[in-house]
Amino acid sequence: MAVEHIVAQGAEHLVVHGLEWTSKELFTYPNEFIYWSIQIVMYPYMTGLVAGAFVLSSLYHVFGQQDLKTIARFSLVFSLALLPVAMMPLQFHLQQPLRGMNVMFTPHFTSAIAAFGIVFSTYAVIVLSEIWFVYRTFFVDQVQILKGKQGAVDRFKYYLYMLLSLGAFDLSDKAIALDKKAVKILAGIGIPVACFLHGYAGFIFGSVKANALWMSPLMPVIFIMSAVVSGIALCMLTYILIMEFKKWSAIIAKGKGDESVLVIAGAELDVITKTSRYLLGFLVAAISLELLDLIFRGYTAMKSWDILRSVMYGKDFINIFVLQYTLGNLVPFIMLLIPGVTIRRTFFALILVLFGVFMMRWNVVIGGQAFSLSFAGYMHYHMPIIPHNMETYKEGLFGALTVLATPFALLWIINKVTPALEHK
Amino acid sequence: MNCSRRDFIKNTFKTTLASALPLSAFKMLSPAEVKAYTGDSSIRWVFLVDTQKCVGCGLCVKACKHENEIPYAPPITRTWVERYVLMKNGQAHIESPYGGRDGYTDTKIRENEIPPEQIAKGFFVPKLCNQCKKPACVQVCPVGATYQTLDGVVLVDRKWCIGCGYCIMACPYGMRFFHPIHRVAEKCTFCYHRIKQGMKTACVQNCPFGARRIGNLKDPNDPVTKVIMTERVSVLKDEYGTKPQVYYIGLDTNVR
Repeated sequence: MAVEHIVAQGAEHLVVHGLEWTSKELFTYPNEFIYWSIQIVMYPYMTGLVAGAFVLSSLYHVFGQQDLKTIARFSLVFSLALLPVAMMPLQFHLQQPLRGMNVMFTPHFTSAIAAFGIVFSTYAVIVLSEIWFVYRTFFVDQVQILKGKQGAVDRFKYYLYMLLSLGAFDLSDKAIALDKKAVKILAGIGIPVACFLHGYAGFIFGSVKANALWMSPLMPVIFIMSAVVSGIALCMLTYILIMEFKKWSAIIAKGKGDESVLVIAGAELDVITKTSRYLLGFLVAAISLELLDLIFRGYTAMKSWDILRSVMYGKDFINIFVLQYTLGNLVPFIMLLIPGVTIRRTFFALILVLFGVFMMRWNVVIGGQAFSLSFAGYMHYHMPIIPHNMETYKEGLFGALTVLATPFALLWIINKVTPALEHK
Repeated sequence: MNCSRRDFIKNTFKTTLASALPLSAFKMLSPAEVKAYTGDSSIRWVFLVDTQKCVGCGLCVKACKHENEIPYAPPITRTWVERYVLMKNGQAHIESPYGGRDGYTDTKIRENEIPPEQIAKGFFVPKLCNQCKKPACVQVCPVGATYQTLDGVVLVDRKWCIGCGYCIMACPYGMRFFHPIHRVAEKCTFCYHRIKQGMKTACVQNCPFGARRIGNLKDPNDPVTKVIMTERVSVLKDEYGTKPQVYYIGLDTNVR
């Protein structure tokens, strides 16, 4: 295969982007490689989680879905933690990461990526201000509690909350009502912006006319639907984990003789079943659209269909039909529908849903590069596992894991300042 | 208003200095220089490939790699030559190892011996950037680092490209790649540095059989333009609507 041959010629000091993890079969053009690898899989996946988490919180704030009250506040804070992570994969992927800012300096608006900076910043401003309105009362309360307390930590917290309150200390009924109104408006604007942020991640792929698999006007809609699915799933999953952890640490503390600790209920099944209904709704929409796309391609059978069929039904069959549709969609769908749902069953179903959405991103990004532009050959992606240089770290397993772990680290920090979960 | 002559001169001096300093950060270009950067609108560079003259020697690929400083060992290349061997049973063998850099001297294709008596036809197809009229790569560049000159050539600004790879994905011809040293998008420029000086491109210069020619479509007396206007020529993959400007003589339906 081509790869070994090159290294044998003593070119190992040159990093030809893509050469290392691409193997070719039959006829491909000389410059074709898997240029968009794991980080570009992570990019729509992470943006999707951000958008989904925000939409979940907005369902409560805008449409007043009372059943989502508990999880709404949490998912709002989580979407803030996920926000910087949507940028990370792009930075990891750029060949010139230091020039990433150029997109803001000279945005070239015929490009689908050019508006990213603007849409993303708009969205960040909305999320931040919404959180501020939700937590303003809390900030002021903290300032009152911490006032006059001694000790370095308390002083620091006092000044931090002083700063966060932005000097708005008014806690009258009128002011609080105004806060709520602002939250509602922001959440209302936020939904289309979140959908736009992610739908247009779909547009980035859907508008590449050179790529037979990507080019489809359905792509943005499919991306939004699966984004909401993954966002809801991640919020539910993290909610279950945190609540169960709190429950068990309380039980252990009580067991150690600390009688002052109240045993709390853990994750509430009621919250979970109600949220999972929304999850199922979006899941059905996502699958229907994806199947429509597939059927349409098969039926119209354009020039590219021969090679697409050989990729979808042949080389990527396991990835698409077994891992994505069966294990990632059908199995959790049935698990959530069978009566007598438990927290444990939901927990595993959610993991499968998240995996399913990840596989969908994988099959779009990597699957779209699995065949040559010549329609006469194939390319295979071998993800670098053990990194031996910066490139194989960034665009390999560990780069992806870094991106995956960051939102949880951020949530841990943010949660210290704005507690996302309360228990009675 | 009270303003003495001394104050007036003082303030004038200050204002001039204050406005001159920030302005000095900009580079002033003369109209001639601007024109040199953006190209000449009385020219439209086009390319003409006569596949019937190509013998697959690979000298064009070699010359291009040397001229444009593309690392020699890796398979990435600005131009390449494809070999098509079509069998009597309808099977097509296509290859372009290292872009055909070393010439096609072997009868094997991907380690397989091709029995000569079963061959229906065989030919070579040189490929290079089509310098499309509506280039998809320019459309998708998020920072405007790739652009089209007035004389029709698509170039990349190596100092501004962020290396996202969107242009590589957008090109239906697979022309673009990342330069391993500059680490930005790289492509065939019709040897812009040479044609601006009245020279031929490296590949045209080095083709011993005249299979590759470059010309100005806006000049009706240009021999290349005459061929394009009066003979039957075709382009590659016109279904993408990019309006490619590399014209071919003798293309086959099997050409990808």
